[in-house]
Amino acid sequence: MHVVVLTKSTPDTAAKVSVEGGTVTWKEAMVLNPWDEYAVTEAVLLKEAHKVKATVMTLGKEEHGEALKQGIAIGCDQGIRIWDDGLEGHDSLLYARSVAAAVQKLGDASLVIFGKEFSDTNTDQHVYQVARKLGWTVLGSVAKILEIDFGAGTIKVERLLEQGKQIVTSKLPVVIAVLKDINEPKYPSFIGIRKASKADIPVWGLADLGVDAGSLKTKVTALAEPPKREGEVEMITGDSAAQIAATLADKLLEDKVL
Amino acid sequence: MDFSLTEEHLMAQQMVRDFAHNEIYPTIKEWDRKQQLNPIVLPRMAELGILGINIPVRYGGQGFDYLTLALVCEELERVDTPLRVIMSVHMGLNSMSVLQWGTEEQKQRFLVPQAKGEKYAAFGLTEPNAGSDVAAMSSTARREGDVYILNGEKMWISLATKAHHILVFAKTDPHANPPHSGITAFMITDDMKGVTSGDIHDKLGVRAGSTGWVAMQDVEVPVENRIGEEGEGFYIAMAALDNGRYTVGAGAVGLIRACLEDSIKYAHSRETFGKPIAKHQLVQQKIAFMQQWYDASKLLIMKAGWLKNIGQRNTRETSVAKWYATDMSVQAALEAIQIHGAYGFSDEYDVERYLRNGKGAVIYEGTSEIHQLMQAGYALGFREDRPLRCELPAYDPEFWQN
Repeated sequence: MHVVVLTKSTPDTAAKVSVEGGTVTWKEAMVLNPWDEYAVTEAVLLKEAHKVKATVMTLGKEEHGEALKQGIAIGCDQGIRIWDDGLEGHDSLLYARSVAAAVQKLGDASLVIFGKEFSDTNTDQHVYQVARKLGWTVLGSVAKILEIDFGAGTIKVERLLEQGKQIVTSKLPVVIAVLKDINEPKYPSFIGIRKASKADIPVWGLADLGVDAGSLKTKVTALAEPPKREGEVEMITGDSAAQIAATLADKLLEDKVL
Repeated sequence: MDFSLTEEHLMAQQMVRDFAHNEIYPTIKEWDRKQQLNPIVLPRMAELGILGINIPVRYGGQGFDYLTLALVCEELERVDTPLRVIMSVHMGLNSMSVLQWGTEEQKQRFLVPQAKGEKYAAFGLTEPNAGSDVAAMSSTARREGDVYILNGEKMWISLATKAHHILVFAKTDPHANPPHSGITAFMITDDMKGVTSGDIHDKLGVRAGSTGWVAMQDVEVPVENRIGEEGEGFYIAMAALDNGRYTVGAGAVGLIRACLEDSIKYAHSRETFGKPIAKHQLVQQKIAFMQQWYDASKLLIMKAGWLKNIGQRNTRETSVAKWYATDMSVQAALEAIQIHGAYGFSDEYDVERYLRNGKGAVIYEGTSEIHQLMQAGYALGFREDRPLRCELPAYDPEFWQN
């Protein structure tokens, strides 16, 4: 029995990202995709509680190996990096076909965990595409795994939706995408750090996965910085808090903010 | 020369940085005002393995090297000095002394639970009337059969009221000549009859730390709790200071970095005369000096750590590193306050706390004046290090990690 968590390295959310000559650039070091701190932690918690194997996986160039090492340092048993020159410029569909093939190659995986989204592209369609390619049930916005029985092949989760909480049961295997509510992210352990620094991380190429890159369905043709937002600051003054509040409320109504 | 840090070093550094920043930083002002140690600090540092970072895995530690200890201390004091003080006493002064001087049985009994963080450790050398003049201590240890009877009072003891194990020094021969040859080291435990302790409040700095006194009244200490031989205590204490000072100096590197980083941030955001103060040359000069102090301090500390790793005596190198780094941390804090102007004078910003916390470190673990005497002593040929019966073991990854 096997839990697989997908991750990648992304620019720190505090990084100053800009677009120069059609390329996205930033100076700061890459970090584990912040949403994946929860996903990796959940995989490690499940591993500890249910004695299952936890594998952290990424699709990307060498710099994404850092996210795998972080995953191992937090407690995953092994890391696997998927990369091949044929994946250069991949779209989410090729990502999904490759990742699904890698999950199947592991053989005994019954749960795939994603963070809510990739923080660099702010996208999450890959989660649903991977599930579709695997032919597994997908459960998004998971705030809590209430019950899971790997032996019996069942899972019960709480999903946090705009309408409220939803309790869902499903048969394994499933793909889930987790929210911040699911746990308190774990720090790497020192023993895990040593294990990660010595870890030999295999790289699986398209041939290993039996995937034909084919032609991409979507291509990024141009990148540009969004126009700078312009605004004005107006200090509202008055003789009393009540008067200031009243003036503020009038302004907000006038500008149709309220 | 290889100045590079390993992946292990960098990941350990980042982990401690994240812990200190995420869990401790938001609470500092509150506990600094309360003058108490935040109760989550010791259990969390224990749980995360920080309290055993450079102790071999076979003795309950994490098996990292001495350089990692310096990196950890830098990260801890970057956020708050009391965090680093814990490492100085629990690890530098006590646990590393047991590693260096303890018998195998003592390592199992004291070091293993300390490295696992099940027991907290402190160090009792200073007395109300004996600081720099260690040999003037008045605590006594009288042998009676299988026990020693300890009497005396220790003062300015970090973790006095929190520690389970305290490495104390007392005179087994009060009339020895020279006086320091009558000093012996003992591990006392907080549950021994006659051991009492209390906190000292209203200090200038390290107010969110635990500093206190430990009194010993007719405390019966079993012979097997004596660390080293009778009369060897002075050498054990001095060797302990080689490690304690290393952590203090490494922490001061973190304090200088705190001053530098906060000042850079403020200098970019605060405007005077129509431009950010970072554009004013006199502010730039202060930033430049802080950078210089940080770089030089860090190099001195890392050299001391490298010497520890290869098992070479480093008393002089550790002393000069601690002296320079702590002196410069006080300077950096003064300059950081100056850059922050009146805001720096209030506790709305952190820099005033850096000054209050930094001032302690030029007094404890060898005042700056003691370090100056030491350096002059080495340079003039008045002082040389003699081999110790037990040297601090070199870092051997095979032994440490298995």
